[in-house]
Amino acid sequence: MDLEKLHREESGRILSTLIRLLGDFDLAEEMLQEAYATALQKWPVEGPPANPVAWLVSTAKHKAIDRLRRQRRFEQKQAEIARYSEFLAQPAAGFSPSLGNDPPDLPFPERHLPDDRLRLIFTCCHPALSEEAQVALTLRTVCGITTEELARAFLVPVATMAQRLVRAKRKIRDAEIPYREPSSEDLPPRLDAVLLVVYLIFNEGYLASSGDALVRRELCAEAIRLGRILCALLPQPSEAEALLALMLLHDSRCEARVSFEGQLVLLEEQDRSLWHVEQIREGTELTERALRRSVTGVYALQASISALHANAKTASETDWRQIAAIYGILLRVYSSPVIEVNRAVAVAMAGNLEQGLELLNELEQREELSEFHLLPAAKADLLRRLGRMDQAGEMYRRALSLATNDVEIRFLRRRLAEMEGEQK
Amino acid sequence: MQYLMLIYDVEADWAKMTAAEQAAMYKEYGQFTQQISESGNHRAGHQLKPIATATTVRVRDGKRLVTDGPFAETKEQLGGFYLVEAKDLDEAISIAARIPSSRHGSIEIRPIVARGETAEGKVA
Repeated sequence: MDLEKLHREESGRILSTLIRLLGDFDLAEEMLQEAYATALQKWPVEGPPANPVAWLVSTAKHKAIDRLRRQRRFEQKQAEIARYSEFLAQPAAGFSPSLGNDPPDLPFPERHLPDDRLRLIFTCCHPALSEEAQVALTLRTVCGITTEELARAFLVPVATMAQRLVRAKRKIRDAEIPYREPSSEDLPPRLDAVLLVVYLIFNEGYLASSGDALVRRELCAEAIRLGRILCALLPQPSEAEALLALMLLHDSRCEARVSFEGQLVLLEEQDRSLWHVEQIREGTELTERALRRSVTGVYALQASISALHANAKTASETDWRQIAAIYGILLRVYSSPVIEVNRAVAVAMAGNLEQGLELLNELEQREELSEFHLLPAAKADLLRRLGRMDQAGEMYRRALSLATNDVEIRFLRRRLAEMEGEQK
Repeated sequence: MQYLMLIYDVEADWAKMTAAEQAAMYKEYGQFTQQISESGNHRAGHQLKPIATATTVRVRDGKRLVTDGPFAETKEQLGGFYLVEAKDLDEAISIAARIPSSRHGSIEIRPIVARGETAEGKVA
């Protein structure tokens, strides 16, 4: 039994149930850790139980009961006694109280275990918490990522990350942020906040603005896993499906995006045989479903663009006209400089290089885009295609002066070198 | 749990309103106060006189320092408050969002330290 794998996959579920029962994030986490520690000692000797998840929930629960008993005797905490009685009154959620091995032919008790992860996600992504706290707390509690791993992934000292988590949990407790799913009236805005957190996690991994590429890849996987949990647990299909589609489609290209030498490979030049076929199939199907529900969802529109790329057999077969049109719709729903730049590029690629360049020139006049490295990079590319190498070189140099990501910098340098080589 | 709702607004905007507009605003506040009284959430609440009437007191080394103000250069000023009883932060937020000034100013929600608790939420 791979305890580490089990921890990754199931701790969110076990923890969310323990938090509901105990009404305390810290106590639940502590008891779960103790249960894992016991498992680490017992399982190699006695053999793993038939149902490891059930064993862990049951063990953590009993450790919590012991703890609360002791606290009751010594501290007489009114609130906890009340919770304690409530806790004991709970049916054992399908678990036998014995810590022994369940006979293998018993129905899998997990089926009786209520899935509390949705309420955990909504509490962790509560808008009263800062965005970075929402991201950290969701990864820590729902995904079971350790504080040390989080610190590494977000490039902050472990103490800073630990402090961020402590503050968030303290605010949940002290301001009484509820541990429940929002009412149907509040659901749309709250779900938007949750989806944003999931998307932030994915982008942190996908764009890898800095840091260890391997750690970052795990963030993509965790974001996709969160997306799947949301789709499975939400009572109705929602934008969560579109977000999952978008993430799957982006992620399907991850192997082809960066070369062995760590160089960024543009979509146009990617080896399409490295694309993940199954993810493209699933992503495309989810996109179509999302578009049937609503044609104005931000994630659905982005997913449909990604799907058009993913389903083009070769770069030249890409349906740029449709992509440009979808960017146009997207801009009406959600305006962002990245989308403006992308639309201009799509217009250019659809056959009108000059018009695309003109659109980029207009964007250049905007003050808020003056530091945005993708704008000169996009201009440089169009100028290169138009054969205006002098101007293209100048734009690559400008993009280089603004870019911060190592992979992107290496790419821009390579292009600039090609440019200068051709001019000589 | 009790929450204090601090109402911040641009005082100058209030002064610029016509008498009829101010009357409409008072009426709206009156209705809101009545609603949260009937629902059992209301504990206290008042409008404050303008910031020009404020006085600040400090005692340092036993000496009393009284000054006019504060006149911090903030865009919005504290203009009133409610003390409400709510079952959790979500209920508090939905009450705060119904305070008329939330539409142009902002409402700061602060949980009250209950008797027998410390500010860190521990049982003393």
